Amino acid sequence: MELHQQYPVRLRINGQDREFNVESWVTLLDLLRERADLTGTKKGCDHGQCGACTVLVDGKRINSCMTLAVMQNGREVTTVEGLADGENLAPIQQAFIDCDAFQCGYCTPGQLCSAVGLMNEGQAKTLHDVRELMSGNLCRCGAYPQITQAVAGVMGITEPGADGKSAFTTGPVLA
Amino acid sequence: MNPFIFNQPKDLDGALSALQAPDTRPIAGGTNLIDLMKEGVMKPPNLVDINLIQGLDGIELDADGLRLGALGRNADTAYHAVVRERYPLLSAAILAGASPQLRNMATNGGNLMQRTRCVYFYDVGTPCNKREPGTGCPARDGFNRQLAILGTSDACIATHPSDMCVALRALDATVHVKSSAGGARAIPFADFHRLPEDRPEIDNTLQPGELIVGISLPEADRFMAHSAYIKVRDRLSYSFALVSVAAALDIGADGTIREARIALGGVAHKPWRVEAAEAQLAGQAPTEAAFLAVADAILQGAQGYGDNDFKLPLARNAIVQALTSATRGTDYARGQRDAHAAEQGEQA
Repeated sequence: MELHQQYPVRLRINGQDREFNVESWVTLLDLLRERADLTGTKKGCDHGQCGACTVLVDGKRINSCMTLAVMQNGREVTTVEGLADGENLAPIQQAFIDCDAFQCGYCTPGQLCSAVGLMNEGQAKTLHDVRELMSGNLCRCGAYPQITQAVAGVMGITEPGADGKSAFTTGPVLA
Repeated sequence: MNPFIFNQPKDLDGALSALQAPDTRPIAGGTNLIDLMKEGVMKPPNLVDINLIQGLDGIELDADGLRLGALGRNADTAYHAVVRERYPLLSAAILAGASPQLRNMATNGGNLMQRTRCVYFYDVGTPCNKREPGTGCPARDGFNRQLAILGTSDACIATHPSDMCVALRALDATVHVKSSAGGARAIPFADFHRLPEDRPEIDNTLQPGELIVGISLPEADRFMAHSAYIKVRDRLSYSFALVSVAAALDIGADGTIREARIALGGVAHKPWRVEAAEAQLAGQAPTEAAFLAVADAILQGAQGYGDNDFKLPLARNAIVQALTSATRGTDYARGQRDAHAAEQGEQA
């Protein structure tokens, strides 16, 4: 085997079967943006610290910058381009518009995919849970209250949680 | 990222055989290794993707306790009904770490193999004894706010970054490893990670060619009602610990402590636990005075390096806070009390 050899990668991306030949070190993020021409998914930090690259793999949200494309061979990938049904926006997309849940919009594709993953997981019951479980997506414009409102709105969540305290209290992570 | 040869064995035997080759590393979730490779901190010429191995992602409870497959994802482990009910401390510790995306990727075995987040280790433009043995440690006199106060050496003051491992240490886990030609070992968690001493480049006692296949935890029902994981950090979520404490108490019907477990994260090169200090809580009432005394015993010998001096009082307070929270009880304990109260109400 040679260092610069290419590896075949088959993915079902947003419902379409695609085939690629990539070097071992190509991340899923770089494959999506550079090889699949799906630039909706954003490269923020490229180090798993900001969440801008969040996509769904087999329905689970992951950081596409922190996995190799060759490791995802055979998987089903959903990016922000795949959330809408034709011209009909997904409920979470409409909610982001309705709640004004972005300013510059750079983090939004990752926020949207993360929100869909959060809903698939079914763990969030309160507004506190939504904030905690969206914490893997940074928004440097600071649209967090509106993002929380959008996600909670789609999920029908109204309970504040965290013992009813305000959004900014600290506290122990209790078992 | 450095060029490397990628190998994707279909089963455990294939993986163990591939790992025999020199300069070969396994990759599972990849959430730390890929980052380190992007930074040029690690440059493995051969990667073995172990994700295709079947049967290593199970979570099973039997009479002896809990068995976690090495390839179980952190999120699946933390949210597993059995883990939540019987090992709430482990669930809480996992959920205190990283982000939901990373927990969906990161594996139980890989969590143990995380490397320090010391900024000097990560910055290839600076010396670092862990990254390049013998080059020196700028952290001792440098930016050491995040770094260790216990078990340090002249060569290294790095901390181990895991939350999960702090709970595993408190709960006396065992790490199960295999190697080719039928080799298998069970490593007590206390002996898995090591202190830096004069070999800080070695994080743990795993030998070349060995692969973590599972983690087991002894039965821990006596701690179900009284445990807490406290994590103190610079922001509320998605941040490494300045100090974390995993506390578990077995409290008898008379209100006194029968057994206590206390492990600390963010303070040393490995999860920090002092069994002799814990033992002094046995037979005592769960009071703040008792908790302060045990905190002082655990932190004996702790030393700051300037920026991180604050960790000494912080760790002391966090231990007391964790034990206080554990005494107050878990959701399970509150549920039991509510059920009891309801039963009493019905009888009346």
